[in-house]
Amino acid sequence: MDTEEEASGQMTDEIYTNGGDDESLSQQQQRRPIISGEQLDIEAYAALYTGRTKISRLIFIADKCGNVSMQLEALRMAYDEIKKGENTQLFREVVQKIDGRLGPNYGADSGWMDAVDRRADQRKEKLENELNAYRTNLIKESIRMGYNDFGDFYYAHGALGDAFKNYVRTRDYCTTAKHIIHMCLNAILVSIEMGQFAHVTSYVSKAEQNKNDLDPITIAKLQCAAGLAHLEAKKYKHAARKFLETAPELGNNYSEVIAAQDVATYGGLCALASFDRAELKAKVIDNINFRNFLELVPEVRELIHDFYSSHYASCLDYLGNLKANLLLDIHLHDHVEMLYTQIRNKALIQYTHPFVSVDLNMMANAFKTTVAGLQKELEALITDNQIQARIDSHNKILYARHADQRKATFQRVLQTGVEFDRDVRAMLLRANLIKHDFNLKASRKI
Amino acid sequence: MNLNVNSVDSLVAEIQGLSGSSQDVNHLNNLLKQSEDVIRSQAASFASCLTQLEPSIHSLGYLYVLEACTAGPIPEAQANELVLSVVRFIDVCSVEQIRLVPDKFISICKRLHEQVMKLGAPMRAVAPLLTAIRKIQPSPEHLTPLHPDFLQVCLLAKCYKIGYSILEDDVYEVDQPRDFFLYCYYGGMICIGQKRFAKALELFHNVVTAPMSSMNAIAVEAYKKYILVSLIHLRQFSATFPKYTSSVAQRNLKNFSQPYIELANSYSTGNISELEAFVQANQEKFENGNNLGLVKQVVSSMYKRNIQRLTQTYLTLSLQDIANTAQISTAKEAEMHVLEMIEDGEIYATINQKDGMVRFLEDPEEYKTCEMIEHIDSSISRIMKLSKKLTTMDESMACDPLYISKVGRERQRFDFDDFDGVPQKFNL
Repeated sequence: MDTEEEASGQMTDEIYTNGGDDESLSQQQQRRPIISGEQLDIEAYAALYTGRTKISRLIFIADKCGNVSMQLEALRMAYDEIKKGENTQLFREVVQKIDGRLGPNYGADSGWMDAVDRRADQRKEKLENELNAYRTNLIKESIRMGYNDFGDFYYAHGALGDAFKNYVRTRDYCTTAKHIIHMCLNAILVSIEMGQFAHVTSYVSKAEQNKNDLDPITIAKLQCAAGLAHLEAKKYKHAARKFLETAPELGNNYSEVIAAQDVATYGGLCALASFDRAELKAKVIDNINFRNFLELVPEVRELIHDFYSSHYASCLDYLGNLKANLLLDIHLHDHVEMLYTQIRNKALIQYTHPFVSVDLNMMANAFKTTVAGLQKELEALITDNQIQARIDSHNKILYARHADQRKATFQRVLQTGVEFDRDVRAMLLRANLIKHDFNLKASRKI
Repeated sequence: MNLNVNSVDSLVAEIQGLSGSSQDVNHLNNLLKQSEDVIRSQAASFASCLTQLEPSIHSLGYLYVLEACTAGPIPEAQANELVLSVVRFIDVCSVEQIRLVPDKFISICKRLHEQVMKLGAPMRAVAPLLTAIRKIQPSPEHLTPLHPDFLQVCLLAKCYKIGYSILEDDVYEVDQPRDFFLYCYYGGMICIGQKRFAKALELFHNVVTAPMSSMNAIAVEAYKKYILVSLIHLRQFSATFPKYTSSVAQRNLKNFSQPYIELANSYSTGNISELEAFVQANQEKFENGNNLGLVKQVVSSMYKRNIQRLTQTYLTLSLQDIANTAQISTAKEAEMHVLEMIEDGEIYATINQKDGMVRFLEDPEEYKTCEMIEHIDSSISRIMKLSKKLTTMDESMACDPLYISKVGRERQRFDFDDFDGVPQKFNL
């Protein structure tokens, strides 16, 4: 095993201590702003997103980070962002969270709220009048627009349920495939915000039915949405496939949902956790499209390459460094633990695979753990029949176990014989019992 | 020709005269059947003629009279005498003659069973009932109504070994489902006594999956024991029924054996202290079901299960580590468990007492010895015989007019009544 990268092991401990004084690191940070071993640069992170997701992500970070200065920073940016929009409900929430800690400039601005609410009421009235007019005239296209405007209006004001209803209502008035796709994209956007990923899947498939009218960017958007839905449903393999298929045209075009960097991270981690070696090579490492995404997040690229070239220590280091920031990701945080265990198990299995015997001390070294801990992990994997080996705990050596085909066959044959014997006898008995019942009924009838 | 049964003497004379050739005996049977009521109504006076008949030669006549004498209520004072005479008769009677009237023979055996139970001496009926079963059985495949009685007295007299001897015959021909249920239930308990858990499991399984149209207590008790034996022997229990189980059993059995299902759930977690706490909390329920002994065996099998799991993962392991992983309190105790399992052939291992290490080995069986080949050979021939039986049964069923008429009716229904919404299944 390569051990030159061991030195970076302590970095996990320093996640919360700001490492900005190191010049090369801060340079790196500028280049790849979202995910690195360092504390999350919220400003750079937030710049990747637009619209409502930016605010929800900031609030999510504020809730989860457990670090006061970071929390206030996130809340301050969320406050500024909301002020640009019209969502007074979210505004109240954030103000409550800030709780006056950011000084008088970030208080409950009741004047602004009143103005926004008043404008909203006026606009709503206007929209209603318009829609009613369209409906009496029965102009399909105008009705569709009317509902769409209503959807936009509700979305801007944070009434996601109503927004979803209005977007879906436009469906009856869609005349071209483009309209349907537009409706689906709106529905997907709102569903993701609401966390209703079942809707996401169904609207993605609905949109994909109109193959001819999809431009590359829309396809990429739909793939991302489907990937997110699979990720939420814990179908990591499907999620990985979707993210890996995403075309680089996505760019910054879907920033109201996902950034290109996220595609790389989600796709990379899901692929590591669920693909075998051959698939990893073919679909991730040799995938030119996905390489573009990976370039945005070099850590993920590096860790995938390390995994593939069996440099598990450095791969696990990278993973450890990334963990704190991944936990702050609004979509990934729930799955980090599971993905990490799966990746680690995969690594353990791959490590032991080519050997007849493995020295546990060396292996523990490679995986940065103690022999006892490693033994426990291996034990679980062997019990699960994922590794065919046995542990010599006296000499701390793992021996591969090569099944004796002849013996196993004999055993199986005898076992099958015994089972067949027992089952047939039981069956004959039951048949006779049923026959007896039969006879009894028949004789009664006669 | 009518039999003159008005006097005891003439009856004796007839019986003595007609007990020679099989033709005569058949004739006698007809005569006796006609005068059965007379004999029965005057049983007391006919009792004296028993002394004049030789049970080994005049079995048929003797059986008629004996059955009549024992039909009524028997005073306690005579019980002992009755038991003696029935036992003597069973011992010497002629097989050909008693098979003419199996009902009567079974009825006196049932009386014998009843009386020994009343006398509280089940042991006295063990040997006679075994003889009786062998004599009345047309073939070892037939289940007689005496089977459950015999197994019950064996259980009560703790003669498990002799009871087990009859369980080794495979039974196929069953007349009364109730006999079959009891046979399997008692048989299963005898197998538990003999530690033949696989056979016990098979018997209980037969009860649980037997076709039944309503729930019965035997099935419920058998299911409870099935759970426990499954845990002891297989170290696991699957709560799903095979699909051929009757729907009544599938629906109800679990409700009636809740604590046992919970015990199995607790067992599957592999946590000994949790299991012990559960057993402690439900001790009364298990005690009421007379299953506490088995439950305790379940607990101790848990240790073995945990040790056996280790053999899959480890080549060597210290006794202390075994104790820790299998949740055994001391290394010494762990050593005892390992030793026991090695002796029982459940695991293959050597203990190195010097440094307290256990070395787990592979199964040393190489499948090369003569004994093994012989064993395989006999298994093959046994299974071939069984397959032949299956084919015969299939053929006979395909020719059974009752079956054909039912299936024919069903097929017709499929063909012609596809558009008929009312199910006609119920107007059979």
